[in-house]
Amino acid sequence: MELPDILFYVFAALTLLCGMLVIANPFSRNPVTSAMFLVLTIISMAGLFVLLHAFFLAAVQIIVYAGAVIVLFLFVIMLLNLKEEQQRKIKKFSLIGGLVSVGAIVTILVISLNETRPGADLSAPILEGETAALGKLLFTQYVLPFEVVSVLLLVAMVGVILLSKKDLK
Amino acid sequence: MKLELLPWLILFLPLLATGCIALFTLQNRTLSAGLSISAIVIGFVLTIVFIVNNGWTPTPSELTTNWVTVGGLQVDFGLKLDALSLMMMLIVTGVGGAIYIYSFGYMHEDRGFSRYFACLSLFTFSMLGVVLANNFIELFIFWELVGVSSYLLIGFWFERPSAADAAKKAFITNRLGDFGFLLGILMIWGWFTSLNVSDPLNFNVLYASTHQHDLIFVLPTVAGLLIFCGAIGKSAQFPLHVWLPDAMEGPTPVSALIHAATMVAAGVYMLCRVFFLFDASALDVIAWIGGITALIAALIAVQQNDIKRILAYSTISQLGYMIMAVGLAGPAPAMFHLTTHAFFKALLFLGAGSVIIALHHEQDIWKMGGLRKKMPVTFWMFLFGALALCGVPPFSGFYSKDSILALALEQENYPLFVLGVAVAGLTTFYMSRLFYVAFLGKAKTEVAGHAHESPPVMAWPLRVLGVFALVGGVIGVSQTYASQFGSAAEHLSFAQTLIEPFKQSPGAATIGIAAVAIGFFAARALYRDAVDDPLPAKLGGFATAMKNRFYFDEIYEATVIHAHDFIAAVMDWIDRWLVDWACIGFVRGGTDFSGRALRLVQTGNLQTYAFLFVLGVAVLLYFVLGR
Amino acid sequence: MHVGLEHYLVVSMLLFALGLLGVIMRRNLLVIYMSLELMLNAANLALVSFSRFNNNLNGQILVFFIITVAAAEVAVGLALIVALYRKRQSAHVEDLTLMKL
Repeated sequence: MELPDILFYVFAALTLLCGMLVIANPFSRNPVTSAMFLVLTIISMAGLFVLLHAFFLAAVQIIVYAGAVIVLFLFVIMLLNLKEEQQRKIKKFSLIGGLVSVGAIVTILVISLNETRPGADLSAPILEGETAALGKLLFTQYVLPFEVVSVLLLVAMVGVILLSKKDLK
Repeated sequence: MKLELLPWLILFLPLLATGCIALFTLQNRTLSAGLSISAIVIGFVLTIVFIVNNGWTPTPSELTTNWVTVGGLQVDFGLKLDALSLMMMLIVTGVGGAIYIYSFGYMHEDRGFSRYFACLSLFTFSMLGVVLANNFIELFIFWELVGVSSYLLIGFWFERPSAADAAKKAFITNRLGDFGFLLGILMIWGWFTSLNVSDPLNFNVLYASTHQHDLIFVLPTVAGLLIFCGAIGKSAQFPLHVWLPDAMEGPTPVSALIHAATMVAAGVYMLCRVFFLFDASALDVIAWIGGITALIAALIAVQQNDIKRILAYSTISQLGYMIMAVGLAGPAPAMFHLTTHAFFKALLFLGAGSVIIALHHEQDIWKMGGLRKKMPVTFWMFLFGALALCGVPPFSGFYSKDSILALALEQENYPLFVLGVAVAGLTTFYMSRLFYVAFLGKAKTEVAGHAHESPPVMAWPLRVLGVFALVGGVIGVSQTYASQFGSAAEHLSFAQTLIEPFKQSPGAATIGIAAVAIGFFAARALYRDAVDDPLPAKLGGFATAMKNRFYFDEIYEATVIHAHDFIAAVMDWIDRWLVDWACIGFVRGGTDFSGRALRLVQTGNLQTYAFLFVLGVAVLLYFVLGR
Repeated sequence: MHVGLEHYLVVSMLLFALGLLGVIMRRNLLVIYMSLELMLNAANLALVSFSRFNNNLNGQILVFFIITVAAAEVAVGLALIVALYRKRQSAHVEDLTLMKL
């Protein structure tokens, strides 16, 4: 087994474990704990990206997701001063419902994966995820979505400011 | 001026008048009347112009445009121009014109004055269409239109329930006849299409097909009889005669125009138009039905007390005469009688209208009397009409009736001849009864004592029609018809025409006149100066039966109407319970139930929605990923 | 065993399932939102792995945009949650059933 494969299994296990702990931490129901484990999940995923030779995206993932989005989450949790979730009874319906729906999706995806085997006849990847190549593609072929996304960010900013005013007169 | 345009113009002017009146001038009475009257008078003048320029057999004898071609059925819209249709056009526009002018005075105080003229114009358009039609489909369309106009005009005073009922009765009875008519048309179409004749509903084509190679080929009897059904309905023959007396609920000019002179004559016209289609057995049936109708109607008329109903039954009787003539293979005498009948029957009805108006809408003859001095014009014109109807020479009625009786004698059909003579006698009897009771003697009521003559607008049409009733027999009408139907037309001088019947068939003429005399003297004996009807005392039960119209209406009511009501009730039950309750109820209940069930899905809980989302996505994925 | 495309896809799928479970099971609004972010990340992973194994950079471009949009979306969503908390004093999903019929 080569190093990349071992690393893959490590990072994959880490991602899945942290993901599990985000949603169902048996020790604490504090939302802050969930946020922390989300950060760990994202960092593991960044590792997986690196293994896939998507260096730029790995960096972006950590900077944007872990650095901005989760911080935002934490700010809001602090702002709302959320205490530990009251121990309300776990509804049987939601548990069963959740398991059923998730099971359905997973089954379908697994079966489809099994049938089609997408990676069966793909040649070994030779692509080096160079940032330059990515940037070139972004600014030539995808320049319109790029500009539109910037407008989107502007709109989101304006919306957020408006929505978080104390009293909207 | 293109003479080919004239017939189209004559046909469509009344329609134009109807449209204008209905859409624009309902408020303006005089303008509506003016439009309507001018349409028909112009039509009359144009007809005369056309005949003067083109003669009685113009070429081309047909003007058509193709209207619809569906599969094997080709329907044209065209005008057939020969002596038959041109004479009918003259009658419709001429007699119609006189009646229109008369109506101007008669309906003067009525609220629906404009509506009246709109309906009259519609009728004229439809009647001209019937007369000018050149194929069966067009004839049928206009046939139905005439029925509609008749319905509108009979039920003109629709607030009266009796009038509304009478209109319905007329239309439905007509429809029964038309059902047979349509079946006959379909049969003809099928028959001739199977013989590979193209456009077999066109009259010219039919005539040519049945006269190929000097071989006259006729349809099976059934088709002929079915076509005759249409005439039974429209011309009020037994057993569909029950609508005509009730149709007297309409205004008197309407009765004159539609139910005496023109519409009811449409049946006879149609029979003469397709005369070549009938075979011997069909003609036999036709003749006997005509004869029986004539007899029954004459008997009923003897005991009627309403002046309009007497005239209505007289119309049915005379129509029976015409149909009998057609059945005796004599379309020319039938049309001749139709023409003279149009003159004198219209005259009689208009005269009756004068009397009714003068006596403030009184129609019972036992409440009239003594009108000779008070209404001279009406008196003399009514007398002319009555003499023409009875068949007294030299009035027109004599010549036309005599031609029919002579025809019966010629064909050695003695039963029908005797029938015809008997009806002639009865006709004179009831007309003299009417005349004695209503016009002569002393005034029987006060109202009759104060009667006065009608205004000139009503009196002049009477005079004009009176002249025609007098001379209609000798102005060459019968020769025109004879030329249409094949017999050679000798050109006779006026004096010769006068005594023609005595030369041609002295037996028929003398026996006819004898019957008239007997009828007259019998009536004179019974009804001169009579204040009450002496006949019921003499004849007892038979007279009551005659008065009650031989209980035809009651029989129909008991059998047909009841059966119909029963079927209608069954249908109502089915509709109400099966369709409404069961079918619609289930749909309604089902929708209600499912709505209530689905409402439970909207819980408002975010996670429920998410759960359902996921389920939906799972289903979608299942299908998209191809299993 | 050599790691191929399917391995990455399986990881992505399991991560997605975890996020979905979180959305349906947890009742704190913020934790639900975080699970939503988990799902987005799973999708990103799948796209990048496809892009790598198809020798195409288009998948990575798409991930770039997804991350951007996700960031904007988180901002707006959190602003909404804040406003909602201010109104109802609760971030519990069962208290927010105003849309019940």
